[in-house]
This record gives sequence, C-alpha cells and structure tokens, in this order.
Amino acid sequence: MSDDQMVTIQVDGRELKAKAGTLLIEVTDAAGINIPRFCYHKKLSIAANCRMCLVEVAKVPKPLPACATPVNEGMQVYTRSPLALAAQKGTMEFLLINHPLDCPICDQGGECELQDIALGYGNDASRFVEGKRVVPDRDIGPLIATDFTRCIHCTRCVRFGAEIAGIRELGATGRGEHMEIGTYIEKSVDSELSGNIIDICPVGSLTSKPFLYSARAWELVQRKSIAPHDSVGSSLNLHVRRNQVMRVHPRDNEAVNECWISDRDRFSYEGLYSADRLTRPLVKKSGNWVETDWQEALEAVAQGLKRARGTSGNRLGALLSPGATLEEFYLAQKLMRGLGSENIDFRLRQSDFRAEEPAYPWLGQTIAQLDELNAALLIGSNIRKEQPILGHRLRKAALTGAQISFINPLELELNYHATQLVNSPAGMISDLAAVAKALGGYGGLIDSAEVSDVHHRLAEQLRTAERATVLLGNIAVAHPDYALIQGLARIIAGNSGSLLGYLPEAANSVGGRLAGALPGNDGSNAQEMLSNPHKGYLLMGVEPGFDCWNPARAMETLGQAEFVAALSAFRSQSLEQVADVILPIAAFAETSGTYVNAQGEWQSFSGAVAPAGESRPAWKVLRVLGNLLDLPGFDQVSSEEILAEARQVAGDRKPDNSADGGVAYERLLAGVGLTRIGDVPIYALDPLVRRAASLQKTRDAIEASSRINAREAAMAGLADGDKVVVKQDKNSAKLRVVIDPTVPDGCVRIPAGLVGTDTLGGQIGDVTLEKA
Amino acid sequence: MNVLRDYIKSLFLLELMRGLALTGRYLFKKKFTVQYPEEKAPISPRFRGLHAQRRYASGEERCIACKLCEATCPALAITIEAEPRADGSRRTTRYDIDLFKCIFCGYCQESCPVDAIVETRLYEYHFENREDAIMTKEKLLAMGDKFEQQLAADIAAQSQYR
Repeated sequence: MSDDQMVTIQVDGRELKAKAGTLLIEVTDAAGINIPRFCYHKKLSIAANCRMCLVEVAKVPKPLPACATPVNEGMQVYTRSPLALAAQKGTMEFLLINHPLDCPICDQGGECELQDIALGYGNDASRFVEGKRVVPDRDIGPLIATDFTRCIHCTRCVRFGAEIAGIRELGATGRGEHMEIGTYIEKSVDSELSGNIIDICPVGSLTSKPFLYSARAWELVQRKSIAPHDSVGSSLNLHVRRNQVMRVHPRDNEAVNECWISDRDRFSYEGLYSADRLTRPLVKKSGNWVETDWQEALEAVAQGLKRARGTSGNRLGALLSPGATLEEFYLAQKLMRGLGSENIDFRLRQSDFRAEEPAYPWLGQTIAQLDELNAALLIGSNIRKEQPILGHRLRKAALTGAQISFINPLELELNYHATQLVNSPAGMISDLAAVAKALGGYGGLIDSAEVSDVHHRLAEQLRTAERATVLLGNIAVAHPDYALIQGLARIIAGNSGSLLGYLPEAANSVGGRLAGALPGNDGSNAQEMLSNPHKGYLLMGVEPGFDCWNPARAMETLGQAEFVAALSAFRSQSLEQVADVILPIAAFAETSGTYVNAQGEWQSFSGAVAPAGESRPAWKVLRVLGNLLDLPGFDQVSSEEILAEARQVAGDRKPDNSADGGVAYERLLAGVGLTRIGDVPIYALDPLVRRAASLQKTRDAIEASSRINAREAAMAGLADGDKVVVKQDKNSAKLRVVIDPTVPDGCVRIPAGLVGTDTLGGQIGDVTLEKA
Repeated sequence: MNVLRDYIKSLFLLELMRGLALTGRYLFKKKFTVQYPEEKAPISPRFRGLHAQRRYASGEERCIACKLCEATCPALAITIEAEPRADGSRRTTRYDIDLFKCIFCGYCQESCPVDAIVETRLYEYHFENREDAIMTKEKLLAMGDKFEQQLAADIAAQSQYR
C-alpha cells in the first residue's frame, strides 16, 4: 500500500478521507473534531506521553492515543464513547494529582489548556489525599519565569529545544513522580527562539517574565501586527490592555514564521515604555532642549529646512531608518524631492556603494523555499542572530540533508552541521575569489586566487545541488569591499546555477527601495551624506551614534550641519548632540503602515494603541511638514491613501536581484594589521530593541568589548579582562578584552551599536590595540 | 344566586368595611418605626455594605491579584494593576473600586478565592469630593483592619452555606 493512498475512516459516525498513515489527531483536527491533548503539537515530534488523547477504535480492546495512531482503511473511531471518555477522565485525574490548585496566582489562568480540559474532563473534587509533589523553581534567564510544580511532563519544551531551537537546553531528569524538567546544569535558556516555549507550555510552568502577573488573558484585546525588526516580517498578535501593549504573541503564518517568533520580536515591546520615550516636541534654544508644542516645533523644522536649503536642494540630506514603514519612506522621499534634494538613503550600515546594485534586492526565493534547499552558501551572515526565523528555516533544510556553508569573519555557534570558512574580512574576499575560481570564474582578483580543497568542496556542493542558493548577510553589507563581495557572489551563484539572495537587514529594507527612498541622479548615498557635511539633514528613526556604519564620522558630520531635524520615538544622547529639533513620532504598534519582507510580500498593519503622549505617526508629521513647506501632493488623510499612491508609483516593480556588477574594483581593505569586525549584536539592531530591558539582560546582549582569540592576545600581551585602548582612524575607545575563540587571527571583534563602541569608526576596518 | 349575593355585598359596602377594619387595627397597634440614626435596624451577616480588603493574621494582605473580582464585576467598577513584589509574590499595585459605578451586588466577594475583598456592614458614608468615591487599596485595607473581627465572624457564620 503506497503512502499516497487515500483511506476512508469513520470518526463518531462521520466519514473522513485521509492519506494512509496520517495520524488520527491530524485528521480529526482538520475535520474540526476536538480531541483533548497536551503533549501533541503539530510542529513537534510525537511523544504520546500525556495519554489525554485516548480514543476508542473498533476491534481494538484498549483505547489508543490519537496522536500516535496512524489511520487505516475502514477504521472506526469513537472519540466520545463511554470507553474513550472513561480513559480521558482517568488520565485527567492522574494529571491533576500533582498539579497545584493555584490557578488564581498562575499567569496561565484563563488561557490554560489544563484548566480548559479539566473543566470538561476533571472531577470537582480530588480523591487524592497523599502529599503533593513540590519542585523548586529554577532561574532560566530574564525572559522565562518557571514554576515546575505545575509541570505535567508533556515534554513539549524539551522537544522544542531539541527539534526547533536546536539546543538541548531543557531536559527531563528522574522518572515517574520524580521526573523534573530543568536545565541539566545550572544555566539560562539562551536560544534566540526561547520565548516560544512560553506559548507551547500547556500549563503555567513556563510563563513570560516581563509579563509576569501584569494582566489576565481575558483583559487583553488581540490586534494583528507585523514584526518590526528583521526582514522576515513575522505575523504577530499584539495583546493590548488600556492602550498599552502588554505582550506579543506569534500569529500562525505557514509561509513566513509558521507558529514561531524570535525573542526579539516577542519582547521588544518593552522598549515602547522605556523611560526615554519622547512624548513632546523638543527644540534646542541657545544650547538647551526645551519642550514645546507641535506648532512651534513644526514651524522651526520648516524654517530650518528652508534656511539650510537656500537656493539649492542639494544642500539637504535625509537619512532614514530601514525600519520605517513604506508610507514613511514614500513621504520622506517625496518631501526631499519636493525640496529639490536627491540625497535620500536608508542604507546606513553600508559603506561601499561602488557596485551597481540590483534594483530591489530580496531573498531571491520565498521564505518557505529555504526549507527545501539542498545547498546554501552564506556570505558574511550570522543568520541565526540576524534573522532568527530564516535561520530556523535553514536549519530545517540542514536537518534534511542540505549542505550549508558559511564564509564569515566569525565562527558561528550553529545548531546544525555546516561548513564554516572563518577568515579575516580581507581573507573572506580571497576565499570567495577562490570559490569563484573553482566554479570557472575568471577576471580580476579571481585569477590570482589560490584554490584549496575546501573551496572546491564548497563549489561542488553548490554546483551539484538541485536547489542551491547564495545568500549575502549583514556582515557582508558592512564590508568595505561589499562591491567585490556582491560581484563574486554573483559569479558564484551564476556559475553554480544557484539563486542569489540578499538577507535584508531590517524590517523594511526592501520596502525602502520600492518606495524610492534612495538617492536619485547625482544624489548622495548614506556614506557620502555622512562624510561630506550638508547644510541641513532630516533624520527619521535614526540614532546616529548607533545606527550608522561609522558613528564617529556620522556624529562629526552631522555636528557641522547648520540644521538637523530629527523624527524620533526616543530621546537619545547622540541625537540630542547633533539635532536642532526633535519631533516625537509613534513607534512600532502605534502607527499603521506597510513592511515589505525579504520575500517581497507587502504586509500592511494598523496601529494597535495610540501613540505615546503627544507623539504622532511619522507619516502625519511628514505630511504636515509638506504642507508647511508649500509642497504639492501632501493632502493624504490616511496611511492607506499614501500606500495606494506609493503602490501606483512603484507600479509593477518586482523584487529583482539581477545587476551587472563585476569584480573590477580595487580592494579597499588591505587587512595588514588588526582588522575590526563590528557585527551588530542581535539586541542592538534598532532603537526599540536597544531599550527592551529584559532582552538587554540576556546572554546575547553582549557588552561593548574587544574580543580576540588567545593567540592574538598572547602576541599582544593581553589577558582576559584587561583594559585596552582601541584606536580606529582618529577615534578611540577604552574597552575590556575578552578572549573569544570564535574570532580569527588578525581580527578583533568589537560589536557595533553599543554604548562604548559608538565612539569608534567603521564597522569593519583597521584598528590598533594598546594596553591601557 | 350569585347575582343576589353580589348585590347585597355591594349594597352594604362589605369590601370597604373589611379594608377599613385592617387600617383601624394598624392604627391602634404598637408602632415599629426605628428612630434612625439614634436607633438602628438589625443587620444580616450577609449585608453588602462598603467594601474592605482583609489581611491574614500575620498582617500579610490577602489579595493575590487574581483579578476574578474585576472580571466578574457587572458594573466594571474594579480596576486592578499588579506586578511581582520584591519577594516575588503576586500582589496588586493598584486596587480601585469606583463607588459611583458599584451596585453592591457582592459578586466580588463571592468570586474571591482568598476572602480578600469583602463587603462590610457599613452603609453610612458620604463623599465631599468626587475622587473620594474611589476606594483605593489603602482605604480598603484600612477598612479591613477596622472591621476585621466582625468580618471574620460574618464569614465564619456564612461558611456553612457556601
């Protein structure tokens, strides 16, 4: 009997058709027949250990667990027969033996699977008179609160760790009544997807720590939204109470995030209520920041921009956050173009703009297609921390046998088998050239490349795979020779028959391009704007000290401008240093808009709560600025109107990775001395997540430090914990030395986007270390 | 026959006389007017007066912020905010009852799993400012401290019927 064969079964007298071998619970779920369950989860392996889904099957003497019983032709199932009900009731009684009756103080109360099912299958009183089991709680980190006395040992969290997160962080020890869930050794749960165990826990054993005790499920109103951090654009449900986002849950979307979300998307909402949230417009008056009303602030911006513009719009520049909505991008570029300026950019973390870039770079494939890859080469990407959900997809592919390889300046902590070619940033180029040569590429630096076995193997993997892809990550974008990397990647992809894809950095990196927020003819790009002082700047959602490739130079350049207007949701030291007016704008969850994710999908969302204080959605601010500057075409009254207009202008522009860039570029990064690798840590990506208090307490929120491997440290005479003065260009910072074996020789990893490294130069470049 | 009987009844105003007789009886009976406020009527242990929050004998407040009272309140008079206290226990940071909204139905008392929110026998109170109509957590606990003995006795008396 083949597996594709359809069989007919009867469930409670209803005829259902299903593929032979499908599990009974999947068939009944699809048909809307409810069978109680705790341990079964559609995305996890079958454990069949809770026994709650026992059903009666004709001709079988004992009840069978629906989650572990494959369907057969002619099977007759009774889910509510006396035998099934007795079995379910019996199971429930056993489960409730040790479960504490503390629903009133349990955060799961009201949305608890055990509570719900106990209502249907439990007795009103327990016959159990012996002592109940008590398990001490464990501290497993700043995100997840535990109460293991409540645990019913479904092992969903254990299976999640092993199968989805890819780290066996939680496990069960002991047997029977003595079984306990815990981290094997005293440690925290550090996976970037760890928050999902809060959702899958059917009881209140694992609950959200930041949300602890603050609200009840029945008080919360659920509103749909889209994740604002990485380019996955995960579907979210925001849970709102009294105009405040209380927590964030995933919304099922098989094509994007399945039923998971990253911790960054789940816990970043805390940033909305940080102490430095900006609620009133600020104007700098003789060096002091003064709170003022919108009228005065907006007029100050309009006049300031007019004055700085003078006779030529070219004197103005706009730097936009890649996390802005499509509507905001569209209006910002319209405003700048209305003023006669073509200097608009959001690629703040890119330094090399020599290559002709594809018009609308994107993933090159759908997100779901990543599951089915046979081979992938990732260049300069820490995908697991940069786009956790894409990392998970890639892991799924790897587990089914895909050959994944990385060319990176850092050795990554991966949760699957992959080939990692770790080399200094300059060495990365040589590696890429070698792989290109192995694939028959020629010209420029490819000819002089030395091809080793590993390069041949990588090339072979890509060439022989049925579905292969070459992906460019965020570290590649920050590389001073990004033009070369793009050219080489294009050759590698082209010669091996792989798809070329970009892993866009932020929520709307793709949307920014579709909205036209890029420099036009003769316009300056982000690096030019931040190296050659312009008279006036418009910043939107940008903290120049943290969001730019070269923060020191950005601060210096912006400091020389005559007038800087900033739209920001937060007060920020670096912004207050350079800006003249700061207009408070709505943050994530407070505004409506559209993000275009890595697979080129336009995802619109509406605001879930009102903007904090007097802040306003950025599109409204830009619209009014347009009116004050007497520009035509700023009459929109809703973000939908702007979206319609932007859609019309975007026309049938489709994401497209084709470009003609070659490899005839000079190598800018010599890599002679020490090279700084300034990756952006997962929780330093944007202003919102930098203010999410709980995320900042996790192990992934690394502090500003200078990380080198033991060999380099020995050569420089440094030890772990020493203080060093890092010098880059003419800037310096005093940092602690951390011995980190993942950093290659000749490199020092100094993460960007952190307090302490914001005084340094470019993310990747030459540095020197001096013992302080 | 019936016609004749009805005729005699209405002719001699029998119904009226019977009514007047009742009135007359009460006119000369001993009066039971309570001279409020000098005198007060007896109150049932189930009386639902002004709210209070109780404490355990140790002085620890009973309320655990489960929010069942807030959920059950038909007049939406209760507002609760909670967070973990320094010792990790679940406690309210705000517990307000808006007496303008409250209809004194007693559902909050009924729903409370720890007998924290109760209604006292107090029914004599007034406000001079609108904001006084909000029973805050402090006020409720003070009420509880003041009437604890009576409250404990009332709850004990009622426990057999619950």
